[in-house]
Amino acid sequence: MVDEIDELEKEIIIKLQGSIPLTGEPYRIIARELGITEDKLLSVIKEMKQEGKLRRISGILYHREAGFKHNGMVVWEIEPSKRDRAGRIMAGYEDISHVFARPTYEDWPFNLFSLIHGQSEKEVEETAAEITEQVDVLSYKILYSQEELKKSSMRYFCDFKNT
Amino acid sequence: MDKNEEYGELSKLDRQLLNIIQKDLPLVSRPFQKIADKIGISEQEVIERLQKLRKENYIRRVGGIFSPQKLGYVSTLLAAEVKTDEFYHTAEKINKYRGVTHNYRRNHRFNLWFTLIAKNKEKLQDQISEIKSFDEIQVLREFPVTKRYKLQVDLDMNKNEG
Repeated sequence: MVDEIDELEKEIIIKLQGSIPLTGEPYRIIARELGITEDKLLSVIKEMKQEGKLRRISGILYHREAGFKHNGMVVWEIEPSKRDRAGRIMAGYEDISHVFARPTYEDWPFNLFSLIHGQSEKEVEETAAEITEQVDVLSYKILYSQEELKKSSMRYFCDFKNT
Repeated sequence: MDKNEEYGELSKLDRQLLNIIQKDLPLVSRPFQKIADKIGISEQEVIERLQKLRKENYIRRVGGIFSPQKLGYVSTLLAAEVKTDEFYHTAEKINKYRGVTHNYRRNHRFNLWFTLIAKNKEKLQDQISEIKSFDEIQVLREFPVTKRYKLQVDLDMNKNEG
């Protein structure tokens, strides 16, 4: 369920969804901009984290430039009763960042999606092949990203304040 | 130049920093001091290296990652079949939506895959209908998550060594 997001939380979210200052005391600077104390800011951030609104504060990389050139979206057709087990096994792989179940269509039998990262297409294929040895797979397809057309972080509550 | 080679030129320390910075940043007054203590360099050096990695486009940003759902937002993955000769024009039109955060060309009949986040279900459906009506789009499919097994955004930088 969705908890209420109060005004202060919205202001903090707007600040944190950009980059925090890379200086000794980044939270003090943000707190000053918001007109609150650093302690108050840190306690609200911790609360939002506990409630799951904030997943975390961390660095977000440009993956391609950092060496992970290839990502294959691997779509799997798996018998519905075996899907959970397959999802859990895939989740255990270090090179797999996302594992989601998604709906099927008449011309689209693939009910499980995973994002496999590698430094070459071969690496992605090897990981996928390895999975087929552990999971009953009816069929699968690797959809490579041929081009990144957009990658950005969502800006929440943009219409909240005009400043 | 091959990005892998470029990446290979990063020092071991920079790679270590890239790994650490992708984890939870400590919620304390001097978070970079904590990182500095962990790897045995000064706070100033941590900050300078991070600034450099950011300037050189290894780090996109250091900031908050939120759960759209917990903030009341809704999202879905969408796949489109776009006519080849209209492809980039269409991609550009779709990218104009602020809620489109990721968009990739992929090797499939559905050649355009993107994520869309919106404030609520109605807004999401409105935008989907709008995109569906683009002449260049032959088919638009919705692939919302029905169950989540893993969502992890950090990757191990040390795998690149050697």
